[in-house]
Amino acid sequence: MSPLIEIRQLAFAWPDNLPVLQIEHLQLERGEHLFIQGASGSGKSTLLNVLGGVLTGFTGEVRVNGLSLAQLSARQRDRLRADCMGVLFQQFNLLPYLSLEANVSLPCVFSRQRRAAAITRSGSVAAEAKRLLQRLGLSPQQYGKRPVAQLSIGQQQRVAAARALIGSPLLLIADEPTSALDGHSRDLFMQLLMEELQQADITLLLVSHDPALARYFSRTLKLEGNT
Amino acid sequence: MMFLHIAARSLFSRRASVLLTLFTLALSTALLLGIEQIRAQSKAGFFNTVTGTDLIVGARSGPVQLLLYSVFHVGSATSNIRWHSYAELRDDPRVAWTIPLSLGDSHRGYRVIGTDNGMFEHYRYGDGNRLQLAAGNQLNDLFSVVLGAEVARTLDYQPNDELIIAHGTGNTSFMQHDNMPFYVSGILKPTGTPLDRALLVTLEGLEAVHLGWRAGVPLPGAQATPEQARQRDLTPRQLTAALVGLNSRMQAFHLQRELNSKPSDPLTAVMPGVALQELWQVVRLAEKALLAVSAAALLIGVCGMLAVLLGSMQQRRHEIAVLRALGASPIRISALLLQETLLLTVLGLLLGLALLWGGIHLLQQPLLEQFGLHVGLTWPSTQQNRLVAIILGMGLCSGLIPAILAYRMALVNSLGQRH
Repeated sequence: MSPLIEIRQLAFAWPDNLPVLQIEHLQLERGEHLFIQGASGSGKSTLLNVLGGVLTGFTGEVRVNGLSLAQLSARQRDRLRADCMGVLFQQFNLLPYLSLEANVSLPCVFSRQRRAAAITRSGSVAAEAKRLLQRLGLSPQQYGKRPVAQLSIGQQQRVAAARALIGSPLLLIADEPTSALDGHSRDLFMQLLMEELQQADITLLLVSHDPALARYFSRTLKLEGNT
Repeated sequence: MMFLHIAARSLFSRRASVLLTLFTLALSTALLLGIEQIRAQSKAGFFNTVTGTDLIVGARSGPVQLLLYSVFHVGSATSNIRWHSYAELRDDPRVAWTIPLSLGDSHRGYRVIGTDNGMFEHYRYGDGNRLQLAAGNQLNDLFSVVLGAEVARTLDYQPNDELIIAHGTGNTSFMQHDNMPFYVSGILKPTGTPLDRALLVTLEGLEAVHLGWRAGVPLPGAQATPEQARQRDLTPRQLTAALVGLNSRMQAFHLQRELNSKPSDPLTAVMPGVALQELWQVVRLAEKALLAVSAAALLIGVCGMLAVLLGSMQQRRHEIAVLRALGASPIRISALLLQETLLLTVLGLLLGLALLWGGIHLLQQPLLEQFGLHVGLTWPSTQQNRLVAIILGMGLCSGLIPAILAYRMALVNSLGQRH
């Protein structure tokens, strides 16, 4: 089986600038969890955007799930992201006007594959959303009626994690998901996230400047960047 | 399906500004369609002022002038028809009926029309409606008067009330025919025609009050009492105009030409439809101005919607980033925004129609009674349907702007947003 992510000779530069990102070789197997640590400007967000399929114009070879990103159309890259990736931002992950459950169910609107997976797992998308919220410590009975805006940032990030996990994507990419959280919420968040990832056998690629997160990972990559 | 749900929830979350937009749109839609309706129906009302009359005959003048004074009671005739010319016309075998009209007197600003009961029998307006009495009877006495609906309402007359008519047509005529008071025999139902503002009396009654007058002034000491008047021969000597119905419409052209070129008598005969059309040309400018104003109102409504939509774009940057991360393509995101605008426009339109119909339902009666304006609760006309299509088109076009903005936001090469 091919590795989930395979990068060779990747370089990315904005026009007329020095490269912001250079990776000789990086391989990530299914189920592996990789922590990419780097200061701001080290190119870690650029890497995530390349892997997410929204940033093109790089040189070298980037394969996700065996597909070469450079050879896919914009539409195919969007499809790949919808079907195979969960994405977690630093904050503002949720649509404030939707309920918790509707927020978590969103990926199943955009991907038939993930919808099918969610239904296989729990019988319905709603049931799977409830299960994930429960797993991440946000029981729908307790939190379901609350508007998203009334949740703490730590709680919002856990809802976002549930959303990224629904329908068992192959890969979760996370960009500084804990930087808005205090130490305690961060630990709680990471613990719950790692447990669920382990159980669903989902690959994780997390970028952060915070070295404290390294202890949750077996592999760490330090990006130096050109500064 | 789910997408519509997202659009609806998103709109609902911004309900204050969305409701305002909706209301603006609804109001401008109702205004535009309402003005179109009033325009169309007042035009129809205008052309329906006199129907079923084949020719209007008066002394020599222009067709529009003849129409104005004989039907709309505006202005006055420069000269009259002699009675025997009228009698000749009345007895012509081609003529089915005639309604004599004698104008020149007034009552507190309202025109007094000398005529006969043929008016009730033959005059038609709208879709062939006859004059109907709301109260009382037709002209049944030398000094009886039948009041138009507006006259009776504003001057608060009841049947059997007495009134005095004034010589001339000014509101402040000094010459009152106060030696011969008239009594109200009947009151007409509202018609939406100039007859609402007229008083109908008999030709003989008019003749009677002018006994002892020469050249528009009373001769001193020559006035008669009503009792004396009843003894006299009151056959009028002249008339202002006559409405003529023919046995066969085909003869209208022929008779018109015959009358217009009669060497013995300087007459003008016009076909009401043709003259109305000519007169309408004059009124059209106002018609166009009305439409222009309501079009401006719609433009303002759409601009308001656009302002609200564009104003929310900055806040929605984040929403777009989330949808993008979920794998929504830029096209799909702009489609979502377009859908939103369309939803708004359609809702605004429906609300506007509801407002219009509700308004018409409420105002129909007062409009007819106060302004003689007949506005019916009708299914949208072709013209209105066209306006609806234009409104939808404008909504769609204005929706393209935020949609394109969203598309460009979605194309930005990054997941999440940078602060």
